[in-house]
Amino acid sequence: MDPRDPRLPHPQANQPGPQTGRLERAPTIGPGHSFGSITDKISTIVLTRKTSGGWFIGFGIAFAMMMMMLYAIGWLLIKGVGIWGNNNPVGWAFDIINFVWWIGIGHAGTLISAILLLLRQSWRTSINRFAEAMTLFAVACAGLFPLLHVGRPWFAYWLLPYPNTMSLWPQFRSPLMWDVFAVATYATVSLLFWYIGLVPDFATLRDRAKSRPWKILYGFFSLGWRGSAKHWYRYESAYLLLAGLATPLVLSVHTIVSFDFATSVIPGWHTTFFPPYFVAGAIYAGFAMVLTLAIPVRKAFGLQDFITMRHLENMGKVMLTTGLIVGYAYVMEVFYSWYSGNIYEMYVMFNRAFGPYWWTYWLLIVCNIVAPQALWFKKVRTSPLILFVIAMFVNVGMWLERFVIIVVSLHRDFLPSSWGMYSPTRWDFMLFFGTIGLFLTLLFLFIRFLPMISIFEMRTLLPEAQVHED
Amino acid sequence: MTTGRRHLDLAAFGARLSGENAPEYWRALEELAEDPSLHEVLREELARESAATGEGVDRRDFLRLMGASVAMGGLAACTPPAETIVPWVDAPEQLVPGRPLFYASAMELDGVGAGVLVESHMGRPTKIEGNPDHPGSLGATDHFAQASILSLYDPERSGTVRYTGDVSTWAAFVSALQATLQTLRGSGGEGLRVLTEGMSSPTAGSQMREILQRYPAAAWHTWQPVTRDSVLEGSRLAFGRPLQTVRHFGGADVVLALDSDFLAREPGFVRYTRDFMDRRRVRAGAATMNRLYVAESMPTPTGTMADHRVAIPAGEIETLARAIAGEIGVGTRVDAGARSAWAEAVARDLRAHPGRSIVLAGENQPPAVHAIVHAINAALGNAGRTVHYIEPVEANPVNQGESMRRLATDMRAGRVRALLILGGNPAFTAPADLEFARAMDFVPFRVHLGTYYDETSARSHWHVPATHFLEAWSDTRACDGTVSIVQPLIRPLYNGASVHEILAALNEDIRTGHEIVRDFWRERARTGADFDATWNRWLHDGVIPDSALPPVSAPASGAIPAAAPRGAAGIEVVLRPDPMIHDGRFANNSWLQELPKPVTKLTWDNAALMSPATASVLKVANGDVIEIEAGGRTVQAPVWSVPAHADDSITLDYGYGALRTGEVGRGTGTDVYPFRTLAGGDIVRGVTVRKTGRRVRLATVQMHHELAWELADGAGARRNIVRSGTLDRYRENPEFLRVPGLEIKGGPSLYPEWPYETYAWGMVIDTNVCTGCGICTIACQAENSIPVVGKEQVLVGREMHWIRTDHYYKGDPNDPDIGMYNVPIPCMHCENAPCEPVCPVEATSHSDEGINEMTYNRCVGTRYCANNCPYKVRRFNFLSYADFETESYKAMRNPDVTVRSRGVMEKCTYCIQRINEHRIEAEKDGRRIRDGEFTTACAQACPTRAIRFGDLNDSDSDVARLRAEPLNYGMLTELNTQPRTSYLGALKNPNPELARRAAPASSTEPAE
Amino acid sequence: MQVFHRSANTLSRFSIFGAVFLVAFALWFVYQLNRSPFATGQRDVVTQPVPFSHEHHVSGLGIDCRYCHTSVETSSFAGIPPTATCMNCHKQIWTGAAMLEPVRASLREGEPIRWQRVHRLPEFVHFNHGIHIQKGIGCVSCHGRVDQMPLVWQEKPLSMSWCLECHRAPEEFVRPRDKVFDMTWEPEDQDEIGPRLVRDYGIRSKTNCSICHY
Repeated sequence: MDPRDPRLPHPQANQPGPQTGRLERAPTIGPGHSFGSITDKISTIVLTRKTSGGWFIGFGIAFAMMMMMLYAIGWLLIKGVGIWGNNNPVGWAFDIINFVWWIGIGHAGTLISAILLLLRQSWRTSINRFAEAMTLFAVACAGLFPLLHVGRPWFAYWLLPYPNTMSLWPQFRSPLMWDVFAVATYATVSLLFWYIGLVPDFATLRDRAKSRPWKILYGFFSLGWRGSAKHWYRYESAYLLLAGLATPLVLSVHTIVSFDFATSVIPGWHTTFFPPYFVAGAIYAGFAMVLTLAIPVRKAFGLQDFITMRHLENMGKVMLTTGLIVGYAYVMEVFYSWYSGNIYEMYVMFNRAFGPYWWTYWLLIVCNIVAPQALWFKKVRTSPLILFVIAMFVNVGMWLERFVIIVVSLHRDFLPSSWGMYSPTRWDFMLFFGTIGLFLTLLFLFIRFLPMISIFEMRTLLPEAQVHED
Repeated sequence: MTTGRRHLDLAAFGARLSGENAPEYWRALEELAEDPSLHEVLREELARESAATGEGVDRRDFLRLMGASVAMGGLAACTPPAETIVPWVDAPEQLVPGRPLFYASAMELDGVGAGVLVESHMGRPTKIEGNPDHPGSLGATDHFAQASILSLYDPERSGTVRYTGDVSTWAAFVSALQATLQTLRGSGGEGLRVLTEGMSSPTAGSQMREILQRYPAAAWHTWQPVTRDSVLEGSRLAFGRPLQTVRHFGGADVVLALDSDFLAREPGFVRYTRDFMDRRRVRAGAATMNRLYVAESMPTPTGTMADHRVAIPAGEIETLARAIAGEIGVGTRVDAGARSAWAEAVARDLRAHPGRSIVLAGENQPPAVHAIVHAINAALGNAGRTVHYIEPVEANPVNQGESMRRLATDMRAGRVRALLILGGNPAFTAPADLEFARAMDFVPFRVHLGTYYDETSARSHWHVPATHFLEAWSDTRACDGTVSIVQPLIRPLYNGASVHEILAALNEDIRTGHEIVRDFWRERARTGADFDATWNRWLHDGVIPDSALPPVSAPASGAIPAAAPRGAAGIEVVLRPDPMIHDGRFANNSWLQELPKPVTKLTWDNAALMSPATASVLKVANGDVIEIEAGGRTVQAPVWSVPAHADDSITLDYGYGALRTGEVGRGTGTDVYPFRTLAGGDIVRGVTVRKTGRRVRLATVQMHHELAWELADGAGARRNIVRSGTLDRYRENPEFLRVPGLEIKGGPSLYPEWPYETYAWGMVIDTNVCTGCGICTIACQAENSIPVVGKEQVLVGREMHWIRTDHYYKGDPNDPDIGMYNVPIPCMHCENAPCEPVCPVEATSHSDEGINEMTYNRCVGTRYCANNCPYKVRRFNFLSYADFETESYKAMRNPDVTVRSRGVMEKCTYCIQRINEHRIEAEKDGRRIRDGEFTTACAQACPTRAIRFGDLNDSDSDVARLRAEPLNYGMLTELNTQPRTSYLGALKNPNPELARRAAPASSTEPAE
Repeated sequence: MQVFHRSANTLSRFSIFGAVFLVAFALWFVYQLNRSPFATGQRDVVTQPVPFSHEHHVSGLGIDCRYCHTSVETSSFAGIPPTATCMNCHKQIWTGAAMLEPVRASLREGEPIRWQRVHRLPEFVHFNHGIHIQKGIGCVSCHGRVDQMPLVWQEKPLSMSWCLECHRAPEEFVRPRDKVFDMTWEPEDQDEIGPRLVRDYGIRSKTNCSICHY
């Protein structure tokens, strides 16, 4: 298979290679690599290199957490949502917080793959596969909650519009209804996008796999890829098409999720700027999670050459930007509540900052606004450790943001007589950490059995892969 | 709902009792209970939550078909299980399957009867309403009557005669009793003692007199924990003999209540509060109100209605009373200290309304205060006008404390050979210093007739289960003496005996309870031959006409007893019956246990109630358990601070802490009876308080401590939830409570307006006459089969009540005259309901009559609607709260309402089942539903008629007119919800003299 | 270096398209199943303790529905006759019939006859016979030709969509009040009388949830 096939509309076509002399830009791939070395390095992780003890330990822990999740779900189905801390007035709590949190995390993948692809950001190449996988797993986790948070999950299918003997349709005015479609579409497209991207590498693995069963397995998924020019041509157009499809979804999903709150009447929810605010927050969270995962993996598998400093730095920059947008939103929330002159709006902000849950609000400010300011400094952006710590801050911060929006708004709304307090039960935590377990389990399986970095796309980054239009 | 009332003809009735129907059903039920396959399937069903509402057995038909039992057969796969229909063998007349019947009866509590109408579905009583023809009810009920239906079906009621704890039989008991009587007969009944509760049944009275004739040496003792001894002694002081006061609030312009909760607790309050409130309904063109002065320690519903209120320790009420009396010219002038200004102003106001005022004192105030009150009423010329006196309605009007003391001493001295305790639980409730329980051991033959196998039963040789008032014949007198026949609606579920039957056994009288009561009245009915017709009319009407006791002319001796030396100063403890479980007899009634107590909004517990100031002096916080000590007696109770409570005073509710009630009541609250002595009385002064360091979580449904502060800075006012002002401001401008821009008819909406061609149901709640008693809540609970959730669930805020009464304070919590307001909150049935568009499955929707419907079987339980409801009236079944197992509760529930399973949202439906029923009836006769033809459960039970319900399309309807009142306002209308439930603002009628205190009243006026 | 034989291509292509049809078929199957008598329990004959034949009593003897189902006009529940009703006639005729022994036994021992329920509605559905009769909905419309059923079976699906057919368009089913209990009546021209009767009887097409669910 010849990536230099002139008919290939390479996304990186006019990407300046090192030899163009513009060297101030850090390379997106370490020096001294050839097609072979790249293929070896990545594929061996999957194929030949024997599984490390670290992997088993990590996987074991993740798997145990996932089992805990299944236990929590089982008990939930037996007893009902009453085992959680949800109450009146706080009808939604951990369930929806986690849903929004995971969905948010699930944004980076498609963004990196699709949008950066369209924007021809070559540096995306080494992290996109990884991010896409993460997206899928995050969406899988997110998808659990809308299903589990309802009182009678066995009737959840009533949310789907289908011809039934009750001759009833769902309520199309309800944002939850829209969620069903938004999330489902997003999950489907992300899956396709990820899989299509994998096809050529499946072929590579098929070719390099030693044992027959693996050959068959990888062969099955590679859909008989032979790397002919025709294949490459179809592949690229399909990939571009999907990228185009996925791009609006990145915006739509979280926009619609934000409608769950924006369309309500609850002070603290009833806000027009939620859609952009949520999308920015999602990308913010997404990149934070990519960093959280990329930095250790990069270290563990010695991929410093592929996931270079430049990648980390760029992601840091994206986080800084989106972080600032989110910060702007926080400021605006306060301003609006004052500007509205509406006593309920004003009280909500007052209650967030000085009410019984004041600490969540200030912790959120620290995590999401203060901590990331360090990213202004190149030193910070280029230090994996500090980046990792900041990313962690943001992960926590984004979860707290949803807590503040959902719980703190609900627990004191209009009638002081109905105000209440919320405190999570152990089942809330078990389910939350359980989903993290699910996420990590899938991730461990992914890095073990699939090329976590797109082999062929990496190869296109090599100087000799560059097409020169001069 | 008197429309459905049938008079009950004897034939059918005889049939009922002689066992065609009731036993028919019960036999069927027992078969069911013993049929293991049923339980098998039941469990299976419940596990699968098969039916959308998860109930395994189809309860509605189960109830609907007389004598029907529903057996679940076959494998319950995807189709509902097979059912059998069991018709009559021989159907009784006038009973249409599927249609309820209403029977008049009466419920007696503490010797005072309240008339009720009992709704009966196929022979099973399911709901209790007030009897409009009964002077003590006028169509409303108290919460005890509403809850009594639950007690009837309580599976934990005692079910068998027991001898020293072992199961025995009625026959065995009777022979044992006869044997004992034989030994006593020689000595003329020497040593035979009968201890009854206070009761007004004329039949029982005459039975007792017969017994006393037969056994001259026997004695009749009476004890009820909520004793009215001091009232009795007070009238002795004033008139030289025990008399009972009947009040006519209709004619009273000024009322002074001295530590008396006459609007929500004391006998006859259902009637009195109605009369009183009729003078407070400010309507366009009728801007007059009576004026209420209240002096009390613990804020009561009466206190929340006060135009002027002083919070003073109960022990200082007497001084205040003397001071006021002195000002009026009764007795000598006394200095009321800090309150003398108040006393003078009140006295002047009273003097200004001679013959048009009422002064009354609370039951646990000492006799002297009552004597003073009588003297004042006499001096003001109220006697004969606004108050008159009758002979006591009690059959045995004795000083119960003394009666008990005598009994206890005789028991110890071995002078009591046979003791029959008919009703009550004296071993638990008797004054602590008598050590009654221990004294019982000295009696060789002890019998206890009781509803539960309780402390007293355990100390008796014989325990006989007592019947519920819906199970046995009797009669009783209302607060004015009017007699009602108590007619049963169902055979005894737990084969108990009534007081009459026991007394009959004592008399060697073999008649049934029915015959005893009927014969007694046959003699007295002046009709002679056609007694049957008369009797049936009495049964149908629920009252015996003109049987009220005649007024007696009793000149009060103006003399006032000299002031007794005041007890030790310092902190006092006031003992009063619990507002909900009363003296403890309702401890096993979960509805009452979970019904939030007025003002404190506590559930499932009693507490040491004190003012925030006192709490901070004692350095205790809510939930801290303190030990209170006085005269060597101690009691431990958790603290709950109540704004507007008098300082240096602690209120303790007795009735809690019984160890031998059923599972429901066991372990709830703390027993404070050990602190209640004859010597000490109900007001114990000079107690010492010690912190134990233990803490208890108290379940309240409203975060008061928070609220007080929240409202202190006027947030409540700015939210315009509570709107109140003064009568004068109203006179200046009737619309002064309107807020520009906050009209109910809201702003524009993207959706088209709903057309309402037929009916437009609406509700108006008059906050000016709402005492916050909570009767609406429990009536709703009974009508709509609302489950109880238990203390733990209330603690996490998951109570299920569809209508709640919010209690708001206004102003500084330390202000003694702090404003208190009660706002009942059902579903608002908004025109633009925020809950409707957010439900993804359209489980909540808008009907063409403006009802915000909740379709349980469509609900998947996203809780989005509850989140989006600004009024937070939606209730979610977080767990499986409804009791699907207990057979007897299936029989109790309203067959016209679906029982909700877990995971389903529910809320106020404006009693849609009643609307549908009457729409169908009206449609059948091709007419519209008439205004007042029916109403919601809450409105029907409300003693003050604060809640009105009806058709807004009918411009003449009560509710339509109220909605047009200038005081009418909607809650949170700025959200353009356009609520169907609207409110009338609260007005105070302050005494200009005390204007300073009136001032804060304006602070809940809407903020412009 | 392929792992699979060339034929795999055809196979894969086929399976990809095949899957689509498979899913479509599955959906269609479920859809049909839910409406089939298997799910609704239509037309399966329920055996009763006494093999009471409506066919015989109604078309044979011409007994009116209301003779036994007394409360059908006044109550939500049509009413199942007490044993006494049966015996009104059967103490004269067929007095010895073995078939009727359970009935006589019931009267003798005061033990009710336990009939098997045929028309079952879920617990959360409230149906009122009285109003439907009053508004001119014939017995036949919901119960079918009971006069031709030796043992009664459930004729109609009794599903919500089936209820709504009529509630959304009553004019298509309403009949003159005097024909309500008529098993054989057929409209000459429903399009003509339907709208008229809807007007005369003041029928409003009631489709609020709370009409049946509360």
